[in-house]
Amino acid sequence: MSLSNEAALDSIAATIRASDGDHMIVNMGPTHPATHGTLRIVLELEGEIIARATPEIGYLHRGVEKLGEHLSYHQFVTLTDRLNYCSSIMNNVGYSQAVEKLLDLEIPERARVIRVLVSELARVADHIVCVGINAVDIGAFTAFLYLFKQRETVYDLFEMSAGQRLHTSFTRVGGLFRDLPEDFFPVAERFLEECPLAIDELEKLLTRNPIWHDRTKGVGALSPEDAISWGYTGPCLRACGVPQDLRKSQPYLGYEQYDFDIPVGTTGDVFDRYLVRVEEMRQSLRIIRQALDKLREIGPGPVIVDNYKIALPPKEKVYTRMESLIHHFKLIMHGIEMPVGEVYSATEAANGELGFYIVSDGGKNPYRIRVRPPCLPIFSSFGQKVRGRLLADAVAELGAMNIIAGELDR
Amino acid sequence: MVIEHIDEQLPGAITDRHDFRGDATIVVAKDDFLKVVDLIFKDGFQLLVDITAVDWPDRAERFDVVYHWLNLATQDRLRIKVPVADGLALPSLVGPDLPPHFKTADWFEREVFDLFGIPFEGHPNLTRLLTWSDFQGHALRKDFPLDGGDPFCMADSTAPYTGQSHPVSE
Repeated sequence: MSLSNEAALDSIAATIRASDGDHMIVNMGPTHPATHGTLRIVLELEGEIIARATPEIGYLHRGVEKLGEHLSYHQFVTLTDRLNYCSSIMNNVGYSQAVEKLLDLEIPERARVIRVLVSELARVADHIVCVGINAVDIGAFTAFLYLFKQRETVYDLFEMSAGQRLHTSFTRVGGLFRDLPEDFFPVAERFLEECPLAIDELEKLLTRNPIWHDRTKGVGALSPEDAISWGYTGPCLRACGVPQDLRKSQPYLGYEQYDFDIPVGTTGDVFDRYLVRVEEMRQSLRIIRQALDKLREIGPGPVIVDNYKIALPPKEKVYTRMESLIHHFKLIMHGIEMPVGEVYSATEAANGELGFYIVSDGGKNPYRIRVRPPCLPIFSSFGQKVRGRLLADAVAELGAMNIIAGELDR
Repeated sequence: MVIEHIDEQLPGAITDRHDFRGDATIVVAKDDFLKVVDLIFKDGFQLLVDITAVDWPDRAERFDVVYHWLNLATQDRLRIKVPVADGLALPSLVGPDLPPHFKTADWFEREVFDLFGIPFEGHPNLTRLLTWSDFQGHALRKDFPLDGGDPFCMADSTAPYTGQSHPVSE
């Protein structure tokens, strides 16, 4: 018998000893329908009660930060798509904003409004997935299907604007890579009419549903102090009663000019998080309405800075003018001339505070780029939160945390 | 402002500071770190946003461990950098003698330990977070090759799950 087989038998024996007849070890994941991504939770059960839960992450670790040190500032945009892939456009926005902070760069007004517009569309899509999947995991399949049509429309809009549905790579350092096409606007208007109705339908199915109440109320409740100690941000923190939203408290992209409210929960349980997310969808639709009006008001204009030492010159100029060709060549080969320094820039992504910490030594590539994912601190509390609860509660809790493995593991 | 307060209460604790692009940054020696943390917690910096590190291989104190704090009341941010030499440990923020103010430091410190190899003294469960337990090397060090060196990164990865190598967090 080979050594590894002996070790495997030892491990089984150890498990039997530990299980003591009453205990049972259950692996949830890495490929489990309720984890929605490759993460693993080792559950130690006493009957249906969770005695211990140990999350194990890293199954989707691709070394994004390491790769970032070997890619230029322009190239890294594509990797941000693969963080939270339910709302990748928000990651694009967050990253570009961090580099612009490092450069101390103002982007054109039209680009700012379009960034707000697509970010809020992404927030709606992300919350649809989170709320819908959470309901599916608990056993309410219908709500998800009602909302999925709206999510499809959001992805159609992304396809029109960026050419891609999921991996959008829509932003560039200094603005956007192109303006919205004309046929974007009628679809967006139709979406604004239909989406509130779909959210109403969702609420009719869930908000006063006694089974939904039984499964979600009191599950995963958390005090505001604990939530802050665990590093919660985003809807999960607001559900605990802390009105922290970077769009209001540290406005970026001109969010202070938009009229919207921050929904806040009281107990932080799964039900409150559901209510907060549903209301945030409605508030996002309000912002989208205002952003569309604002775009019409501003009229056509540039969507990227007119500085060819930062943004690539338009292709027609590259092919016809010597100077633009040189700019293009210099920018691709040598990158942007970066100042030496370090910045941390945070945006309110769908899950919470998405931060980028960039250290520049003046070179073509970042010396160090750090992605601060909102899920990681939230998920780190999972083991303590489900302890002593039913196995079925763990599934509800996991869905309401909205763990996206791409962002969790990077 | 909290930086003046630290200067007042703990003179000499801040060894360097800068304000690049409006990000308030202070550099604190390893030995003064916990005192400074206690002070800023009382000043309202209660949300520990992030812990990460930066590798400077040519420096005597090779790593900067970088902490980002947020004050929810005033919305001020504070970055604290703690230089540490290779092989030396930093005090953990989830150590047994400390009040549970920053539970989130548990996984962040594990991540820094995993990717940079910086140990944290007093951490209850300092194991690798993102890579597997018998992974060789620390991936975010500058001298770690981009392709991982060993193309399959599997040279010594034979141990099955025993329950022992992955201690359960309390």
